[in-house]
Amino acid sequence: MEALLAITIGILVACAVYLMLARSVLRFIFGLILISNAANLIIFASGRLTNGAPPLIPEGADAPVGLVANALPQALVLTAIVIGFGLFAFALILMFRTYTTLGTLNSDDMRVAEPREGQN
Amino acid sequence: MAQSKSNGIAGWLPIFVAAGLFVWFCQFIAPVSEGQVLRVAWDWVPSLGIALSFVIDGLSLTFALLISGIGTLVLLYSNTYLAGHPQYARFALFLTSFMLAMLGLVLADNLIALFVFWELTTITSYLLIGFGHETEKGRRSALQALFVTGAGALALLAGLIMLGITMGTFELSEILQRGDELKAHALYLPILILILCGTFTKSAQFPFHFWLPNAMAAPTPVSAFLHSATMVKAGVYLMARLHPGMAGTDVWFWTLSIAGAFTAVFASILALRQTDLKQALAYTTLMALGVLTLFLGQGSEYGMTAFVTFLIVHSLYKASLFLVVGCIDHSTGSREAGVLGGLGRAMPMTAFAAALAAISMAGLPPFLGFIGKELKYAGVLEVAGEPFVFTAALVAANALMFAVAAVVAFKPFWRPAGGALPRQPHEAPWQMWIGPVILAVLGLVFGVMPGLLQTTLVNPTVDTFLGDAGKAKELKLWAGVNLPLILSGLTIVLGLILYLVHGALRNALARIMDAGPNFDRGWDRFLKGLKGFAAWQTRTIQTGVLRWYIFATFLTVLIALGGTMIAKNAAPQTITFGDLSWKNVALMLLIVSGALLTAITRSRITAMAALGVVGIGVAMVFIVYGAPDVAITQLLVETLVVVLVAVALLRLPYLDPTGIKDVRPFDAVLALFVGLVTTLILLAVLETPLDRRLTDYFETASWPEAFGRNIVNVILVDFRALDTFGEIAVVVIAALSAYALLRTTAPKGDGK
Repeated sequence: MEALLAITIGILVACAVYLMLARSVLRFIFGLILISNAANLIIFASGRLTNGAPPLIPEGADAPVGLVANALPQALVLTAIVIGFGLFAFALILMFRTYTTLGTLNSDDMRVAEPREGQN
Repeated sequence: MAQSKSNGIAGWLPIFVAAGLFVWFCQFIAPVSEGQVLRVAWDWVPSLGIALSFVIDGLSLTFALLISGIGTLVLLYSNTYLAGHPQYARFALFLTSFMLAMLGLVLADNLIALFVFWELTTITSYLLIGFGHETEKGRRSALQALFVTGAGALALLAGLIMLGITMGTFELSEILQRGDELKAHALYLPILILILCGTFTKSAQFPFHFWLPNAMAAPTPVSAFLHSATMVKAGVYLMARLHPGMAGTDVWFWTLSIAGAFTAVFASILALRQTDLKQALAYTTLMALGVLTLFLGQGSEYGMTAFVTFLIVHSLYKASLFLVVGCIDHSTGSREAGVLGGLGRAMPMTAFAAALAAISMAGLPPFLGFIGKELKYAGVLEVAGEPFVFTAALVAANALMFAVAAVVAFKPFWRPAGGALPRQPHEAPWQMWIGPVILAVLGLVFGVMPGLLQTTLVNPTVDTFLGDAGKAKELKLWAGVNLPLILSGLTIVLGLILYLVHGALRNALARIMDAGPNFDRGWDRFLKGLKGFAAWQTRTIQTGVLRWYIFATFLTVLIALGGTMIAKNAAPQTITFGDLSWKNVALMLLIVSGALLTAITRSRITAMAALGVVGIGVAMVFIVYGAPDVAITQLLVETLVVVLVAVALLRLPYLDPTGIKDVRPFDAVLALFVGLVTTLILLAVLETPLDRRLTDYFETASWPEAFGRNIVNVILVDFRALDTFGEIAVVVIAALSAYALLRTTAPKGDGK
């Protein structure tokens, strides 16, 4: 099953990269969302997949009973999801602000810092 | 008023420092003339064999006395020449620092210490040439000198390090004793070439000569000190210092002889062409440096005696003449040979110094210059191989020097003026004429009594070169009728003729020179080309197109990851799919179709919905594989993402402007490869055994130590609480930044 998930992640990354290379900054944001999903899945998969059995300790026991899912990558993914959301929210607002200031979402036309040759 | 014309403590303190050093060095004359070599050393970087070691022998003492002696007179002169200059303290600091660096350079016995002092002279020279930094010319000249000598110094550093590693020590005195071993070494030629790059640029040998005349943008006392008497001789000094260890090979002989002879003749022709007195002197300095290099090419007794004698003669008369030109400039406001004239009566002391210095320069008896010239001829006649060519070159250069001496020191004082002077001429203050007079009179004193110089400086220096003070030739005014004397006579006749026709000659030369290649303009073209290349490279790499930067980033990631995988042979060996339940396969298909739809759709609403599909698919993966906490978070976040995007879309335009399709094959290829490499690396990672140590620890410690039954929660809020705190900080910062972005009013457009 890990192999299939790995292929899925590869496709997610490919779509994300293709979107991030687009002229439209909105597509870049879409790509950003996809690539952070892919990253989360990579962390999750690298801790191996375990069907069912969340990492919980039953009442009365000192440790999990039987095989449970790897808790460590889950904790990391939780952190990653939240930080990824923070990044996304900021990028979205930045894009929105750029549009209201420059009147375009085409990154080729955003040349304030590095103007085209012969322009100032 | 009197207050504003004085330079205060900055004026007189450096003079006393320099004079004190001169007196201090004088005490070494007696021991050194008896053949002693004094050494003193402090550890600097002992682990690398670098020490602050200094040596006083004939050669370094000669240089040290010239530097501190002329330095004293130049500082005395400057204090009046630049009296009341608002930045005099800075000037005095630069000049004194330069003098100390130069002394360190000639006394250093360690290659690295020598290089450090060498670069200090480069930097102080840059600051002094650029002292008049408010003019374009001053800035350009200073930069040019810095670039040319700095580039040479880099080569020199490489050469010195190679030399030190080859010989196993950075101590010069040890290296020079093992000269035969060095000359036989395979790296001798590269070392020699690199070192000569440094010395030729520093001493302005052809084809690096062009920076020196431009360096005359500096105040005149600086030109007198740095660019005639001391700094430009640093290159000559280093060649002289290395002479006992490196000379004697064919490469050394031919390189130095040809470069020196060519520079000498070429520069004296250019000198005659100049109308600005300071420029004319600058080119004769080049000539002198050429002659000194020529003599260092060989190792005969006459040649070495001629080298040290001419070194001293030249420093004396050249510094004197530069200071005289400064007096003329100061007094009349002009340095143009065509305008100046009839100053002899108004400026008697300056005229006196000029006359004495010029006679020494022209090489007439009974001055030291005459002895120097006789020795030069005697030396050049001994040159092995092609004595005729080098002798002819020397005669030509000397005759031209004679003519230039007359143009600089005779014409302005004793011929009628060629035009109206900017100011009424008057004698310079005594502080300004005393320096040139002392230097010029020394030329006469040493000429009449050469013995004074013979035992004190000439013999010990020849001892440094040839290892035997007795090999020094005798300095004498009358050596009988011999070939050098006949050549001297020829020189004087030629020189007189050249002086008489110099007006016509100058015009002819100007026409020829304008037609030929111009190194100074070539330098400008070189710099322009360099800047053009930098601009082209920047345009190519920094296009200003955001997409290209992202493309380059992903391409780098691809090459770094894929390349490493191939190089380390880390690609996954087998692919096993294991349990492929229809539920799991359907889930994967859901995610893949959502991702592909987002990538290809042109509708914003479709993209938003497809993103939601991917997010929910991912959340379901978490549920299926035992991570309900993660799944809940993912669902919450995914909902927020879709809501935020939807809100933003209300104010945003369509994805594609009408009529344009978003099809990008190159991007698709790159994206496919990045995706492929990601999959392969993940598969390779999954093939390696899982390290469960941390997980085991968390599982067993969660309840007994942290009293939590949800292990993931315990990790987040207990074991890794600081990480979670950092995560909260990130979200808060993102929220604050987003708030700030939304609050500020846009400079234009329809912002909130």
